[in-house]
Amino acid sequence: MKTSPSQQFKIDSSPSCDIIASCDQQVLDIAFGGDWILDARLPPLEPILTRLDAGNTIKKVTFSTTALGNWDSMLVTELIKIIDYASQKGVTVDKASLPASIQGLLTLVSAVPERVDAHRDQTQTSWSQALVVSTGKAVQHGKEMLIFVGEMIISTFATLRGQAHFRRQDLWLYIQECGPSALPIVTLISLLVGLILAFVGAVQLSLFGAQIYIANLVSLGMTREMGGLMTAIIMSGRTGAAYAAQIGTMHVNSEIDALKTMNLDPMAFLVLPRMLALIIIMPLLCLYADLMGIIGGGFVTVNFFDVSLTEYMDRTASAVKMKDFIIGFVKCSVFGILIALSGCMRGMQCGRSASAVGDAGTSAVVTAIVFIVVADSVMTIICNRLGI
Amino acid sequence: MTEACITVKDLTMTYGDFVIQHDLNFTINRGDVFIIMGGNGCGKTTLLRHMIGLKSPAKGDVCYGEQGLWQADPKARQQILARTGVLFQSGALLSSMTLAENVALPITEATQLPPKKVREIVSYKLALVGLAGFEDYYPSELSGGMQKRAGLARAMALDPEILFFDEPSAGLDPITAKLLDDLILSLSSALSATIVVVTHDLDSIFAIGNNSVFLDAETRTNIDGGPPQKLLHESKHPNVIRFLNRGDQTEQNSSNRQMRSPA
Repeated sequence: MKTSPSQQFKIDSSPSCDIIASCDQQVLDIAFGGDWILDARLPPLEPILTRLDAGNTIKKVTFSTTALGNWDSMLVTELIKIIDYASQKGVTVDKASLPASIQGLLTLVSAVPERVDAHRDQTQTSWSQALVVSTGKAVQHGKEMLIFVGEMIISTFATLRGQAHFRRQDLWLYIQECGPSALPIVTLISLLVGLILAFVGAVQLSLFGAQIYIANLVSLGMTREMGGLMTAIIMSGRTGAAYAAQIGTMHVNSEIDALKTMNLDPMAFLVLPRMLALIIIMPLLCLYADLMGIIGGGFVTVNFFDVSLTEYMDRTASAVKMKDFIIGFVKCSVFGILIALSGCMRGMQCGRSASAVGDAGTSAVVTAIVFIVVADSVMTIICNRLGI
Repeated sequence: MTEACITVKDLTMTYGDFVIQHDLNFTINRGDVFIIMGGNGCGKTTLLRHMIGLKSPAKGDVCYGEQGLWQADPKARQQILARTGVLFQSGALLSSMTLAENVALPITEATQLPPKKVREIVSYKLALVGLAGFEDYYPSELSGGMQKRAGLARAMALDPEILFFDEPSAGLDPITAKLLDDLILSLSSALSATIVVVTHDLDSIFAIGNNSVFLDAETRTNIDGGPPQKLLHESKHPNVIRFLNRGDQTEQNSSNRQMRSPA
């Protein structure tokens, strides 16, 4: 049984194993005893290796394994260490007395010589190099983004001219996916945002006994700003990430290649209907979110701050103008384009692995949120300058 | 009879600075079942991507008849490629659509046929690959072999003159792989289409190929070509002989191979 690899591990936490080296003139005999298995506590190898150093009197190493019990990779790795060290020192190693199976494994290990250039270099880069590399990457990303937007515009015109098309049922499917299915989460978030706005405003306004103006704060805040913004952020997490994952997976499955070989423009076929769906749905969701926010704010105002429901509704109706809704709509449509753009772009740029699809989803959401917030700031400043 | 269908001229393929294959030169004749073979990672699939317009070459061109694919403007390129059909390694069916919608996709894109006629063609194509009745199944509901056959039905949707196959037998059990090979052969004779197959499956190579090119991973170019049976006995390149003998170089092995495969 001493020649076969161990089939079962001992339950004993540290099985005993030992190594005895005996020197006979110029021959070093290394005897292995006990169980050389993975959870064994190994005797140190250094004393034996140093004997190979000593003045180079030893010319040959032999092994004896009569006392060897079970063994596995533990023994083989130690053997490899001894053999490598011996061959470095120019000492011949006689493996003939090892069990045949160990000899077989050792032959396999040395069958294909180690490829010197196969190891990956892990050189440290200085911060200045890192800066150059990351600037280069940023420029590259910017370029890719511009190329994507350019291709999208070309495809849009090609579709308008009838040279490229998408399936109408796809558009309906996407509208279904990003519209009605998003209602519950939009309801919840907007109700709560309206409620929060009301509370935040009420703390300040009630100092002056001006609780009635909570209605103005909530309704203007929701319609001009928060309704659109919150919807956009929900949709970038919900739909933008989904778009990136869908298109990314299609990339991994070479479905996009297949579309190209069938003479279908992936931009028109995959990106346009998704973008169109968001452009159509976002203003509607925004309107819905506005209403929910106003209801949430109303709930707080009426119940906690001594304002009657009719007063609240009156104030709201007089505070919010049509232009406020329109500003909200325009913002939301822009957000819709940005969400679809970042989702589809990250999907199309996706690599060909499972983790690449995950990265595409993550970076779609991050890109979308950055775009949304920047675009929102720009549009708010423009509105302010124009006095609308 | 031997009319050139596709001519690859001085084609050099790179990924960035890394040269995959350089100066490839070979001709595919009309009606051939042409095998592109070579070891793993030698650039077979990349060569296919160059031939079907998915990746542009670093140098050289792929000519369909007299027309160079990559010299042509995008519109002309589309016209050339409209005569081809491709079966990808995984089938590459659009997973959000049923088989019928998948097969109908190239038809509705290229023609103005009424939906009823499209559906008829789709059913006919699916029946050709033995999938009659599976029109309304989604790709995920089918086995790997069925997905590949459905991909083949889609590749054939527009009666292409040239059909490309990327590793048709990869991931299939021997019997299914054999059935797919038989299907390729009978389609090649029934449709008189030119067929280009990327594969390293020896059984397929000998069973269906009547012409071939061998891409060598060491020298990074095509070192030999011709009918696979002839290559097996007459090739002067040890790498080709070794590949066709499954790594063995003995004569006995090659005579075994001859007995197993049809002439």
